[in-house]
Amino acid sequence: MTLNALWFIIIGLLFTGFFFLEGFDFGVGILVPLLGRNDTERRVLINSIGPFWDANEVWLIAAGASMFAAFPNWYATLFSGFYIALFLMLLALIGRGVAFEYRSKIEQPKWRKFWDWVIFAGSLIPPLLWGVALADLMKGVPIDGHMNYVGTFFDLLSWYSVLGGLSVVLLFVLHGALFITLRTAEDIRDRARNVAMKTGGLTTFILFAFVVATYIETDIFTKIGVDPGSIPIVAGLALVSVRFLVQAKHYAWAFAMTGITIILSTMTVFVGLYPRVMISSLNANWSLTVFNASSNTYSLQVMTVVALTIVPFVVAYQIWSYWVFRKRVKLDHLDY
Amino acid sequence: MSNLFFARTQFGVTTVYHFLYVPMTIGLAFLLALMETVYFRTGNETYKKMTQFWGKLFLINFAVGVVTGIMQEFQFGMNWSDYSRFVGDVFGAPLAVEALAAFFLESTFLGIWLFGWDKVSKGVHLLSIWLVFIGTTLSAFWILTANSFMQEPTGYAMRGGHAEMASFGALVTNMQQWFEFPHVLFAALTTGAFFITGVSAYQLIKKRAVNIFRTSFQVAAIVGVVASILTAVLGHDQAQHIVRAQPMKMAASEALWNTSPEHAPWTLFTVIDTNKKHNTAAIKIPYGLSILAYNQPTGKVQGMNQLQAQYEKKYGPGNYIPPVKTTFWSFRIMVLAGVLMILFSLYGLYLSIKGKLKEHPFFLKIMILSISLPFIANTTGWLMTEIGRQPWAVFGLLKTASGVSPTVTAGMVLTTLLGFALVYLLLIMTDIFLFVKVIKDGPDKENPDSDAADTTVPSL
Repeated sequence: MTLNALWFIIIGLLFTGFFFLEGFDFGVGILVPLLGRNDTERRVLINSIGPFWDANEVWLIAAGASMFAAFPNWYATLFSGFYIALFLMLLALIGRGVAFEYRSKIEQPKWRKFWDWVIFAGSLIPPLLWGVALADLMKGVPIDGHMNYVGTFFDLLSWYSVLGGLSVVLLFVLHGALFITLRTAEDIRDRARNVAMKTGGLTTFILFAFVVATYIETDIFTKIGVDPGSIPIVAGLALVSVRFLVQAKHYAWAFAMTGITIILSTMTVFVGLYPRVMISSLNANWSLTVFNASSNTYSLQVMTVVALTIVPFVVAYQIWSYWVFRKRVKLDHLDY
Repeated sequence: MSNLFFARTQFGVTTVYHFLYVPMTIGLAFLLALMETVYFRTGNETYKKMTQFWGKLFLINFAVGVVTGIMQEFQFGMNWSDYSRFVGDVFGAPLAVEALAAFFLESTFLGIWLFGWDKVSKGVHLLSIWLVFIGTTLSAFWILTANSFMQEPTGYAMRGGHAEMASFGALVTNMQQWFEFPHVLFAALTTGAFFITGVSAYQLIKKRAVNIFRTSFQVAAIVGVVASILTAVLGHDQAQHIVRAQPMKMAASEALWNTSPEHAPWTLFTVIDTNKKHNTAAIKIPYGLSILAYNQPTGKVQGMNQLQAQYEKKYGPGNYIPPVKTTFWSFRIMVLAGVLMILFSLYGLYLSIKGKLKEHPFFLKIMILSISLPFIANTTGWLMTEIGRQPWAVFGLLKTASGVSPTVTAGMVLTTLLGFALVYLLLIMTDIFLFVKVIKDGPDKENPDSDAADTTVPSL
């Protein structure tokens, strides 16, 4: 395996980690004003992700920075090309991050309601835009011979990319609802279960529609024939199983299944892209690949040593932090 | 106006704004770790209350530091895509190491520290805040490694029209970095210290929780004295390095148009005419600049006109003189703020040890106002560093104008500039509002956000 391929995998894993982990805290954030009937309930929901969301977001920062280091051209084309979309996402993440910290500092209902809706919007916009971005990455965008994106913001929006955005939002809401069933008790947990039951079917339907659309609109599956292989099939089966597992009240299993769906779907996207990192819709030769977008071999070697040394520790202490906060959020222990 | 102009403005606004919060995060993390260590060793509840009170302010500050940091990482790609293509090979690596080695550490252990008061042992809790401090410090180390490459490129080779990494060791052992990082680190500790002495002074005037704030004042004053003196000493070393490594930056920050005589005087104050390239009036301290540059009363310092001629020969035609007035005044304001901080923290520590703080309400008021000093020094120091390097983005390799994103329009950059500026303005107003509220509530107010006050949370 070349170092270029290895770094493509590492970045793929960092994005997968981001979608899996921040996926549920985005989902919880979207559900905060919808599921929490009063201030205390909303605080319980926020506290269920309180110790984690910040570290989860670092997966995105790490993915972006690794992209900068390993594939500077990918980083430059993507971030300057998806300019306005990224701007909206950054505003959403800024608002969301401070909202968690600010909302509990003042006890006025209006103050708290305002920040609850900032949390909602801040949790909704990023997955929506990531879904749109993933769809565009698979479909291809106008990139010229100098690796520059030459379209506008609206070129990024098509029925297909919006469907992609919707799929990701719904999947994260489901994932978040299931996380809530694991971290809360009684009334809220029951309502989270209802949300999972209600959105489960719709999520499955939209996601399958998106897969079909991907067959039509992109070469991600056609590259490998009608049979896409086990990765996307298992992703689909995992999603279908969620409904039955929720019904049988096997919440942990259900959460594991949405997790598997997210992980394997992200893998499908990355496998389908390889060796391209951004597809040019103008000329296939202008696509960015893991070879023409990358840093030199020495740089990749250094980064490999660094990543292989540090990442095991990161994974270990993050798992430990989930172990520390494994107990359900109790009403008398709210920090946010 | 061009996308370059807006992109530069946006970079300046977002970076300076981000850098209001970062040094305070580092400084407060250190002081929190120090206070909790005392609590851990002695079991003294005062120190626990101190840790929790300053912890609240730390968290409000930390939140903004983190969210504006994401913006810092993304805007290289958004507004400076040609820059990113040119140096990504070298510049991206320290950023990636920063995320992997520092951000994960600080965010994970901050979660444990904040939510873990009764879920992990006292020792693990203490370890968590130290790891948060180490994380923030590592973050500063790696981002300054990246910045040092822009100041003084090392460890690279030019291939195919862009810089490629040739030696990671050379990148990390860049001399610029080893002057810049300690200077910034101690400036950050000074920032945290002055925030705590200032707020404590306010509480002591109001006679609130006197025990807690007298102790806080003293702990922070000790850190303030040590850190502010070291900041100045290290800053002096850094300036001497700049005389050799970036003579144009030094000449601009001295408004020195022509190479100085053998005994170079230091210009305290002058009126700069950048069009005619000379200064109309000046107050000078004999031998000052030679001493500043070489630690001895003799030694020439190169002037901007001579350097301009050299650079034209070396890099081709162009203007290589940075904005002189900004660089000159930034340097002086930074130094003045630094000197005041040394004096105030020394006097504050003296009064604190003698137990005479409450007899000097006027000085306490000065300490409240002095909260602004480190922020002024940090901002002007940063401006001098970055503006003094112009017109280069990477010194000698890439001009700032060549780094901008070619297909991003001026309208798009202006849109995001206004968007971020507005949001940042609202954030800083909210932040100050919340700081004031938490400070006025004081440590004894039962706050539902700390676990000391679980009982106040309404039950269903």
